[in-house]
Amino acid sequence: MSLLMAVAMGVRAESFDEILESFPSANAAERRTLLQDLAATGDVRVGTFFEVIARGALYVDRRSDTLVEGVRKGSRYELSNWMTGEALGEAGRRDVRRVPVDNQLRGELDRLLATAQLSAASAAVRRAAIQRIASNPSAGALEAMRQRQGVEPVAELRLELTATLAIASLAGDDASEMRKALLTLSERRDTAVRAALVNFLARDDLAPQLTVQAQTLLDRIEYRLRVMGRIESVFFGLSLGSVLLLAAIGLAITFGVMGVINMAHGELIMLGAYTTWVLQQLMPAMPGAALLLAIPAAFVVSGAMGWLIERSVISRLYGRPLETLLATFGISLILQQMVRTVFGPLNRFVVTPEWLSGAWTVTPGLTLTYNRLAILVFCLMAFFALMAVMRYTRLGLHVRAVSQNREMARALGIRSARVDAMTFALGSGVAGIAGVALSQLTNVGPNLGQAYIIDSFLVVVFGGVGNLWGTLVGAFSLGITTKLLEPATGAVLAKILLLVALILFLQRRPQGLFPKTGRQDAI
Amino acid sequence: MKLLLKGRIEKSTVGLLLGLSVVVPALNLLLPADSPLALSSFTVSLMGKYLCFAMLALALDLLWGYAGLLSLGHGAFFALGGYAMGMHLMREIGPRGVYGDPVLPDFMVFLDWQELPWFWWGFDSFFFSSVMALLVPGTLALVFGWLAFRSRVSGVYFSIMTQAMTFALMLAFFRNEMGFGGNNGLTDFKDVLGFDLQADGTRSVLFALTALTLAAVYLGCRRLLDTRFGSVVVAIRDGESRVRFLGYSVESYKIRVFVYSAMIAGLAGALYVPQVGIINPGEFQPLNSIEIAIWVAVGGRGTLHGAMLGAVVIAASETVLTGLFPEVWLFALGALFLLVTLLLPKGIAGFARGASS
Repeated sequence: MSLLMAVAMGVRAESFDEILESFPSANAAERRTLLQDLAATGDVRVGTFFEVIARGALYVDRRSDTLVEGVRKGSRYELSNWMTGEALGEAGRRDVRRVPVDNQLRGELDRLLATAQLSAASAAVRRAAIQRIASNPSAGALEAMRQRQGVEPVAELRLELTATLAIASLAGDDASEMRKALLTLSERRDTAVRAALVNFLARDDLAPQLTVQAQTLLDRIEYRLRVMGRIESVFFGLSLGSVLLLAAIGLAITFGVMGVINMAHGELIMLGAYTTWVLQQLMPAMPGAALLLAIPAAFVVSGAMGWLIERSVISRLYGRPLETLLATFGISLILQQMVRTVFGPLNRFVVTPEWLSGAWTVTPGLTLTYNRLAILVFCLMAFFALMAVMRYTRLGLHVRAVSQNREMARALGIRSARVDAMTFALGSGVAGIAGVALSQLTNVGPNLGQAYIIDSFLVVVFGGVGNLWGTLVGAFSLGITTKLLEPATGAVLAKILLLVALILFLQRRPQGLFPKTGRQDAI
Repeated sequence: MKLLLKGRIEKSTVGLLLGLSVVVPALNLLLPADSPLALSSFTVSLMGKYLCFAMLALALDLLWGYAGLLSLGHGAFFALGGYAMGMHLMREIGPRGVYGDPVLPDFMVFLDWQELPWFWWGFDSFFFSSVMALLVPGTLALVFGWLAFRSRVSGVYFSIMTQAMTFALMLAFFRNEMGFGGNNGLTDFKDVLGFDLQADGTRSVLFALTALTLAAVYLGCRRLLDTRFGSVVVAIRDGESRVRFLGYSVESYKIRVFVYSAMIAGLAGALYVPQVGIINPGEFQPLNSIEIAIWVAVGGRGTLHGAMLGAVVIAASETVLTGLFPEVWLFALGALFLLVTLLLPKGIAGFARGASS
């Protein structure tokens, strides 16, 4: 690649370094031509070089006839390499000669650099140049833009050029130019235009007609940005909702269907997250494959742990919900400390595979990250898979039968104890899967589970115990409400307000949004 | 005395507390520091802390053991009582703070507040603060209980919602804007009612006061449970529907016992803060509130003296174990939760009663 470029440049003109060699001995007129040649090379160092000249910091070291950057310290000069900034020692007044610079030359440098970058072969370089000039426009650079405007082949960049020029003319004095600029900008809805308009409206030398025109445009832009902000909030809300749903669906089975208060649910999520980390350590070359493999692995690990908990503790405590609560809390403490002893108290970092990093830019001002989108889709898949298991499989049928009427189910030959263990293992396994997904969003540490336990219980109770759809609706409505509140109140206050609202709601309607109808054992 | 004290356990519990209130200060103040029996002021404050925990356990036992309502938010009432007392101690620092402001506590000066917020008014009075230490937890319990019991929230739902309550309060008190010192809470207290909090004498008096208050609260709860009110509360625990059908207003009984319990917790918090010297939002942690439940469960719920014993035993072993093997404490606590619920459902007190009969 670099060979090709070198060949191409060699054919077109002298290289950057060659031109630079003749620079120290050139006179003022020759220097102008050399600068044009330098700009034409399209070398990446041109920008830095021009910038050093424009600052008046470029010197010729007479002893070696090379170009250096210098800073005057009293009667001495501190020299450094203009490119790398590497220190080159000191020099006396007679050893160096400054490359003179005036405002005319500065403008010329700006124009040359802008022209070179705006006509670069790579569209990305041109885009970066437009952004650079837009953030700090100079007369020379704008002149270069004006020339480029007619010949730019990429339509999108052409629009950017026009917009930047229009914004620049808003700062000028020509009323008809301003009017034209406002018309040009009337289709734009981005923050740069908004800032330009705010500055524009702050001027006190405007014709009333112009003010009205600009104000209308500004209102339209602000409305659009507000809408975009809302949409983004809703997306973040959906994302938070998917996290809540993932954390809660396992609980919707163990608590909602079976009526078991499992305070160790959060720790089953944590085990799933650590399973992901361990698998990534085992296959360091393939973090993506390890992540996919972690889904069944975490289901098995957490499911097995759940089965063990059910058999050894919970099955002895049926009918004593408060004792179950305390015993499972004990289990959660033991699991937390176990993980802390085995893996250490520090957070572990789970790698995000390449196909999950990055973001999708829907329109300017609205970007959605891939990992959040993926978790949203994944959580819905997990949810519907679980629904299907409950509705269409034999296990699901037995679970529903036992939860509706244990004695009758037993009389019909269902081994209720086995069903209890299987159900609990299923709910725990789903918690493990949630851990895999959460490892992509948060830190994996011993306290991971604690952060979700209160939230997930509230989601289940809010949605209506025993109702999977209720859990879905509950999770997403809580997520979206939180994120819509956050811009106004801040994250912590939004959370507090929501908790209080939830407590009040549940005290009015203890059965939640969608109460289970029909007969049910009290829990 | 005969009229007040009934039964062997009651006599020995009150006797022990009265004895402690005399012996511990004596061992601290009268013996020379190098005597093997002498207690350091640090130990006295530590023991005072355990007695505050015992009072907190007593509060939860009244609610859980006798009314059957497991609150997982009792740490919140304790902390609110503590904050009320802490606010008074903050005001009593006066101009001796780091910034020397005569009215504003240091953290407010640091946050550039200009004047005392309205909810700090009156806390320069010890009496007002003491009343608030009971009134604030009591009012919160009244409102929460009224909302909860009226719509018949009970069982685990009540537990989860009280847990959410303390969690919300923790988040709120962590905010600097709340005006309660944020993350750091209230600390650097100088003295109470003019007595230096670091002095041996003050610490001994505070301990004796805690022991005597605990004895009084214990007796108060005992006598309360002997009344008709106590019998109805226990009846609600064992057969709520029957009591309702007999014409009792179940809700008002539940609310009353919840409010009493919250006020006892607040009192415990108010006695705790001057002895420990700090109150911060960490006290609202859900984990703390669940620990109270385990004190009660280990000691034996529905006995009062068992709950107090459980609190002291577990809090003391926590001090010892976290000092010696920090890794082991959570394992031990977790195992305790499991063992007590699976093997000792009536706790130490129940086990002892079973062994003696």
